[in-house]
Amino acid sequence: MNAPKPKTLFEKVWESHVVHQEPEAPAVLYIDLHLVHEVTSPQAFAGLRSRGLTVRRPGRTVATVDHSIPTGDPSLPLTDPLASKQIAQMEENARWGGIRFFGMSSAGRGIVHVIGPELGLTHPGMTVVCGDSHTSTHGAFGALAFGIGTSEVEHVLATQCLLQRRPGVFEIRIEGKRGPGVTAKDIVLALLARIGVGGGTGHVFEYTGPAVGALSMEERMTICNMSIEGGARAGMMAPDDTTFEYIAGREFSPRGEEWDRAVAGWRALPTDDGAVFDRSLTLDISDLSPMITFGTNPGMGLAVGGPVPRPEDVKDPSQRSALRKALEYMNLTPGEPLLGRPVNVVFIGSCTNGRLSDLRLAASVLRGRKVDPAVRVLVVPGSQAVKRQAEAEGLDRVFTSAGAEWREAGCSMCIAMNGDQLSPGQYAVSTSNRNFEGRQGKGGRTFLASPLTAAASAVTGKITDVRTLS
Amino acid sequence: MEKFTRFSSRVVPLLVDNIDTDQIIPARFLKVTDKQGLGDNLFADWRFNADGTPRPDFVLNMPAHRGAQILLAGDNFGCGSSREHAPWALAGFGFRVVISTSFADIFSNNAMKNSILPLALAAGDHARLAALLGADPRTELTVDLPSQALLVPGGAAMRFPIDGFAKTCLLNGVDELGYLFRFTEEIEAFERTTSRS
Repeated sequence: MNAPKPKTLFEKVWESHVVHQEPEAPAVLYIDLHLVHEVTSPQAFAGLRSRGLTVRRPGRTVATVDHSIPTGDPSLPLTDPLASKQIAQMEENARWGGIRFFGMSSAGRGIVHVIGPELGLTHPGMTVVCGDSHTSTHGAFGALAFGIGTSEVEHVLATQCLLQRRPGVFEIRIEGKRGPGVTAKDIVLALLARIGVGGGTGHVFEYTGPAVGALSMEERMTICNMSIEGGARAGMMAPDDTTFEYIAGREFSPRGEEWDRAVAGWRALPTDDGAVFDRSLTLDISDLSPMITFGTNPGMGLAVGGPVPRPEDVKDPSQRSALRKALEYMNLTPGEPLLGRPVNVVFIGSCTNGRLSDLRLAASVLRGRKVDPAVRVLVVPGSQAVKRQAEAEGLDRVFTSAGAEWREAGCSMCIAMNGDQLSPGQYAVSTSNRNFEGRQGKGGRTFLASPLTAAASAVTGKITDVRTLS
Repeated sequence: MEKFTRFSSRVVPLLVDNIDTDQIIPARFLKVTDKQGLGDNLFADWRFNADGTPRPDFVLNMPAHRGAQILLAGDNFGCGSSREHAPWALAGFGFRVVISTSFADIFSNNAMKNSILPLALAAGDHARLAALLGADPRTELTVDLPSQALLVPGGAAMRFPIDGFAKTCLLNGVDELGYLFRFTEEIEAFERTTSRS
């Protein structure tokens, strides 16, 4: 008798969720957890209503408001009528659909990809979707988690299923031991600098190797979060004891016998020895420096001490013109270092780097220091729970004593829909995930970096290598 | 959903690589609860000056391209956010086809659900097409979905791949939800046998 074929983590999760597969057609894939927010769902609910449909599995659907909400004084009324309408509509749609809703006044609200794990909703082996590309975050738990469009939001609301073509699996093997000042953000920025923003198209990343097992859950989430910036809809990591310890005892985590059964199942999920990936790449992080982006997509990154690349050194004509266009937008001189360049704003937050450990990193730099008075520094916790935990540790006082703003939870300046935004021409060091033109406000210019680099740059008012901060 | 079979149009060349969905429709325009009017802000930050006047040097504003329904873009079109507002904005403006060498996965799915064809050409064909349009910006192309061919005047047809299922949906103007509902019994059985509810 033949031994069973070795399988990847992805294959195991995929195959256990295929409801039906017709020849030549995409698979009907069952969705375990559907996260919903105010910006990409109104048209889906309208579609359901116009077709006379209802939410098939409200218990598998969880909604919150995060993208367009203000992060300022919570006692003030909403001033943006468009945002108010979206928020009110989300509340109304959740009520209509019988969906659990973490609204403006809820203690459980926060960025959808922060609260899913935090509430214990995200488990290994699940399929998780949301009308948001950073759904890839949840793959840190060994879930298959990916962003979908609004039509697909409607499909999942109506049927709890999606039609999906099976993607390839791209192994990203991470080896070596990182040095001081190097964080999970630097690892993923280094990966993106290597493969570019389209390198993972058509694939799901599986991060493997000893360096992955050594990461905390929050670090794993930072890396999986930015898988989409490499073109991969999902990034996955094998669940292990670190994963189980994180999940245990959370609000929606299994308990008692159910917990034991769940963990036994989760232990069978990691990729089998001998399983085959469609593609593989190894990233050695031993010599990695803190990374920062210089351009207008997340793949345009370099070691923080390095020079801005010169277009004339790029052979491919379309890449050369893309680089030229990016440097023009950023108003940077080829060949010059980024270090020492003045910045106007520092943003610490987002679903990439808005968790407690990220705030601790930033606070470790800001404790006993002052931010440069010329720089506006926003610290925006990823959720209200993160905010409370940070306040219990006194991190809020570290930030405010240093001269930074300590705000309410939300997506905030990562997507700049809520009034937290750059002015035209301003430069920001940001711990978020995208540096596209205008992403943080029309005409704004973004340098993506880690919470350590962001905090160090806040202190000096210039792009700074945290390892050299005196 | 509108049926997509064969049609001819002039082309707007926007030969930039990695055009992300934040450029296609900036986030500040996502504060809507319907799909209407997004075409007015398609490529807003490239198309308009700070005072809202059109930038005459941007291709979408050039009279020669008015009414064109095909957008010719650089590699990896539609990367970034999952916002379906991107194809809604493209469709709202009047585009029915985007030509590139590759598309971001989520954008590609979203586009086809809105009767927009993401047409991926081989790099050589893409370069030939760009050169052709450079020589004569008023060139008219014919997109023939049944034969998966892009017909170029005075040249050989350029072939393009498309997922067979998506092709059928586009040709017949049917959306996927109807197909999914055919498997209601299977979904119920799956929930029963795997203790999901």
